[in-house]
Formats: sequence, structure tokens, C-alpha cells
Amino acid sequence: MDEPIIELSDIKKSFGPVSVLKGVSLKAYPGKITALVGDNGAGKSTLIKGLAGVQPYDSGVVNFNGTPVHLTNPREASALGIEVVYQDLALCDNLDIVQNMFLGREETSFGTFDEGEMERQASETLQSLSVRTVKSVRQRVSSLSGGQRQTVAIARSVLKSAKVVILDEPTAALGVAQTEQVLNLVKRLADQGVAVIMISHNLVDVFQVADYISVLYLGQMVAEIQTKDTTSDDVVGYITGSKTYTGVSA
Amino acid sequence: MSETKNADTAVDTTALAASGMIGSGQEGGVLDQARAYIQRVRGGDMGVLPAVAGFVVLCILFAVLSPYFMTDRNFANLLTQAASYVMLAMALVFVILLGEIDLSAGVTAGVAMSIFVVLSNPGGIAMNWILALILSLLTGVAIGAFIGFFVARVGIPSFVVTLGLFLGFQGLQLLIIGTGGLYRIQQPEILAIQNNNLPVWGGWLMLAVMLLISGGTAVLDRRRRVRAGVPNRTVVLVWIKLGVILVIGGLFVALLNQNRGQVNYLAGKVVGGNVIEGVPIVVPITLAILWAGTFMLDRTRFGRYLYAIGGNPEAARRAGIKVVGIKWAAFGICSTLAVVSGFFTASQIGSVDASFGRDIVLFGVAAAVVGGVSLFGGRGRLIHGAVGALVIAVITNGLGLLNLGGGVNYLVTGGVLILAATVDAVSRVRGGGSLTR
Repeated sequence: MDEPIIELSDIKKSFGPVSVLKGVSLKAYPGKITALVGDNGAGKSTLIKGLAGVQPYDSGVVNFNGTPVHLTNPREASALGIEVVYQDLALCDNLDIVQNMFLGREETSFGTFDEGEMERQASETLQSLSVRTVKSVRQRVSSLSGGQRQTVAIARSVLKSAKVVILDEPTAALGVAQTEQVLNLVKRLADQGVAVIMISHNLVDVFQVADYISVLYLGQMVAEIQTKDTTSDDVVGYITGSKTYTGVSA
Repeated sequence: MSETKNADTAVDTTALAASGMIGSGQEGGVLDQARAYIQRVRGGDMGVLPAVAGFVVLCILFAVLSPYFMTDRNFANLLTQAASYVMLAMALVFVILLGEIDLSAGVTAGVAMSIFVVLSNPGGIAMNWILALILSLLTGVAIGAFIGFFVARVGIPSFVVTLGLFLGFQGLQLLIIGTGGLYRIQQPEILAIQNNNLPVWGGWLMLAVMLLISGGTAVLDRRRRVRAGVPNRTVVLVWIKLGVILVIGGLFVALLNQNRGQVNYLAGKVVGGNVIEGVPIVVPITLAILWAGTFMLDRTRFGRYLYAIGGNPEAARRAGIKVVGIKWAAFGICSTLAVVSGFFTASQIGSVDASFGRDIVLFGVAAAVVGGVSLFGGRGRLIHGAVGALVIAVITNGLGLLNLGGGVNYLVTGGVLILAATVDAVSRVRGGGSLTR
């Protein structure tokens, strides 16, 4: 078994009187896709926001490559190589692809943008992910389709040699062909050695790409299993709480 | 990186462009670029085009209707009348890009100018005028910071904060100047902004500097892109751009270098000599601020983040952008440039009273919208505000020459504003956008 690059243990987070995460653990491995599933309100988004540094945890240990780290803002997470692709995409419609991919970390020389350098890196990244659907890297994001936007958002996350990429429902709003495209992209991401954590409601997608499945139920991690050792029915059972996982944690 | 590495990537990207995978919109000759531009315009990305078209149409209309419109004297007049609007519209673009508004920009100028005249008035405190000028600009910075605090930190909508200041500052102006008070501007340097001109050679020098800067940045940009190994637009476009600046700028300077008229009245007195020629001093000041602001918006992090926050504040925050600080700075810049606009107005009318700046702000907002700046934020440039302001100013100027008074002026200005907003909305719907954004 590989060493996990991210290992969460006993993570707790509450909003006022509402306890959302009640001692959650999670592992993610380099080059592997870990699916994070669970019903609405199970705490998936809260768990992710803590990893992204957007919304720090109340307590618990985050080990990154075996060393404990504290993530209190997005820049710290980003500096470690943890990138998040949010469900609502977090792209700026009025900016073009290059501008979006470099937002917040532009290449400059003498205090002004080095547009050429950014453009080259952007197209190289898109190429490395075998993206073929984008005509020009200078297209405005507002002119892109849902799948293309998701592609840009994912490409943005790997631009600066990310080690962990967290995808929040990457296929939620997509059609069949575009879902296929994005899932392929996710696989290529893992092939490059990135640890991928993918939140999804769609178990078909999960079983198609994930190596591990982690199930959150009401703020607790009720199962961490290898995909090959389980079935869709079992996972549905864990998600709804009608079944209890009895095996050994993966 | 070594030379060979760069050479390799250069080859890679050309191969990439040739294979038609991911381009950058920079490939192809003049025709390809022109075609791409037309496609962008048809896709709803019209930029400053409608405003320029409107300006040209209005100019032709007034030229036909009034024999006085197309005279070099009126041309200079138009520029000086427009200057305050142009500066105010550019000031407002900074906050409008964020999706915010500053309704107090006009009275901010009023307060700052009241402070200026009270401080510098020779019969009163008689402070050194440069010091007074700096203090009034700092007043602008302080007011901007004040607005920024309430909008960005406290989270009150800017419409409400600045509406409050719009009312409050009128009172402040009354308190500073006194009811019914009026101070004459007595510093020749301030009066010179709008009433004196560059020497004839100064106009040509200004044009030369513009060509030099435009050509120089083009060369530097292209060199950077070559170093990064990405394709450049065909060099013909640079020559076209320089040619346009040379021809239009040349006509402009040549026209303003004609001797226009014998007398120039200011507050009932004759100022200046018999010969009036040259580019009004306000023009190079405005162009310099336009250039500096555009540079900041297009090429620095601050500018990019301004657009990002206007487009999607949550995305900007998640990208690690300090949204509060950027907003703060934008309001600071807006109020400071509003004070500059106040100096232009004061220089033009020669006095400051308690109602100074009360009526101008909505013209500034209208100018920005007419020029193509989106009130929803994230779309627009400084030049849009400037051209929009020229449109608004030419309406006032032309209708004045036709002896049509304030009533018609307000009606036409309002009509043009709604027309411009409609053109913008319709073009965006045709381009696939939604009507509301």
C-alpha cells in the first residue's frame, strides 16, 4: 500500500450549535482517484473547504506527506499543491481562459504581466491533458460550454504542478458526451501522479473512475473502501445509512 | 532557461497552431485578424464602437444643422467642456468595473474644491496653492477610503453609502463655503488648465510622445511573446495602429494649432492674448491619466483583480485575491480622480460655490454607460468612459449652438443613454448572453 499524501484524522467542524463534521478521517493517494460520496448535508463540502483553506477546521490533524500542516487560507493550501475545482466552477466569465487559469498567480516581469509566458504555459497544460475541444486560449470563458468550463477549471488546478486536486461534483451539470470528456480528463490527471479527490452524487461516474470510495454519513466517515471490493448497492446503503460497513478500512 | 529550450517550445507552439488544436487568436494575417474582430463584434463584444459611431453621427448632424459647430474655436471649446465629464467618467469606471457605484463623486469634488478655495484664497488663509492642491487631492483619497471602508469592510451597498454622502457632502460644502458663498479661483495655474494652451510645438511633441509610447510598448510586448515562444499578431497591425494615431492625432493637433479667435472671456474679463492657438493644457493631462489608468487596468495585478471581482467576486476570493483591499483602492482612485475632475470644472467656470459638483455625477455615470461600460461590473475600459463623455458633451455643445436650451438637452441626453444601454443589451443577447447580465 502506498503512503497517502493527504491524511485527515479526527476532523471536527461546527457552525454554531450544528456539528457538521464529527471526527472525520480521509486518505488520498498519489496517482489514485478517491471518490467522496454522501447525501446532501453529509458534510462533503465542509470537509473540502477545510482542505482548501477556505473554511478552517475547528480541530483535527491534517497530515500532508506525513507532516502535520495547518490550512487557514487558500494561499497556504495552494502553496502545498492542494487545488480545488468548485462545483460552481469559480471562473470569471468576463476573463479569457489564460486569465482565468492564472488568476491570483499571474506571471509578471517588472510588475507587468508577461502575457506570452502565461499563454504558453496555459496551452501546454491544456495539451498535457489532451484537451482538444478548446479553439483558442484567448476565448472568453463566457463563450465556453459547460464541459469546456469544467476543463478550464481543472486545467487551472494543475497549472502549477498540483499534488492534490479536489473536484467538487465535476460532472453535475454536464451532458453524456461532456461527462465522458471530463471523466477522461480526471483519469489523465491521476495518471500524471496527482492525488484526486472527487466529490460526486453520480455512482456510475464513481465506479467508472475511482480507485477508492469514502462515504460520509451525517458528519461521520462510515466507509473507506477500494472500489473493486464493493458494489453500487452497498455504497447506496452506506450513503443512506441503511447498511453499515463491516469490513476493514482500506 | 536556455536558448535551445525556448527554441524547442517555439517550434512546438507553431506546430500546435498549424495543427489547429489550441490557438491564441494571434495567428494569421491582417484579414484573419479583421475577420476575428468582426466576429467578436457580431458576438456582442462591441466595446467602444457604438459610442464612437454615436459621436461621429452627432458631429455630422450638428455640422449640418449649425454653421458654428465645425469651427476650430468650437472644437477647442468642446474639448474643454468635455474634460470634466471625461475625467469623472474615468474615475467612475474604476468602481463600476467592480459592479459598484459612487453617487458622491460629484460632491466629493465639490468638498475638495471648497477646501481648496478656502485654503488658497488670497484674502483668507492664503496657503500656498500647491499645498492646497495636494490637500484637496488627499481629501479625495480620504473620502474614497471612507467609502471603501463602509462598502468593503462593513458590507453596505455602495449605492446606499454614496447616496448618504451625496446628501451629507452638500451640507458639508455649505458649512465650508457658507450659504450663498462663492469663491473666485485666483490661481493662474489652476485657471490655465482649461484656459491656456500648449505652444504650437508642444502639441506636436505630445503627439510624438504618444507615438513613441504606443510603438515602444508594442515592441516590448512582441519581444516578450517571442521570448515565451508564442505567436505574435502580424506586425502590420502595429503599423496600422500607429498610422491611425498619426493621422487622427495629427489632424487634431493641426486643427488646434490654428489661431482661433481674438478674445476669450472668462468671468467677464478678457484673458489671454489676441492669439489663441495650441492644444488646451487639459488635453495632455487627461491623456496622461487615461494612459496610466489603462496601463494599470490592463497590465498589472490590481487591474486584473478589479475585472475578476467585477466578474465573479467569489471566484476572485477563492483565487486568493484580497477583495477588500482591491475595493478599497478602487474607491480611493475614483474619489481622487473625481477631485481632478473638480479642478477641471473649477478652472473652466472660474469659481466654486456651495452647489459645486452636485449635478455632474449622473452625467459621469451616463457617460460610462454610453461608452459601453457595464454597470453589472467586469466589462469596460477607461477609454469607454472617455468616449461616452465626449458623446454627452457633444450633445450639450451642439444643442447649445442650435439655441435649444436645457430642456431639450436633458431629454436628448437621457434618450441617448437609454439607446446606448439598449444597443448594449441587444447585442449581448444576440451574442448568446442573457438579458440581465
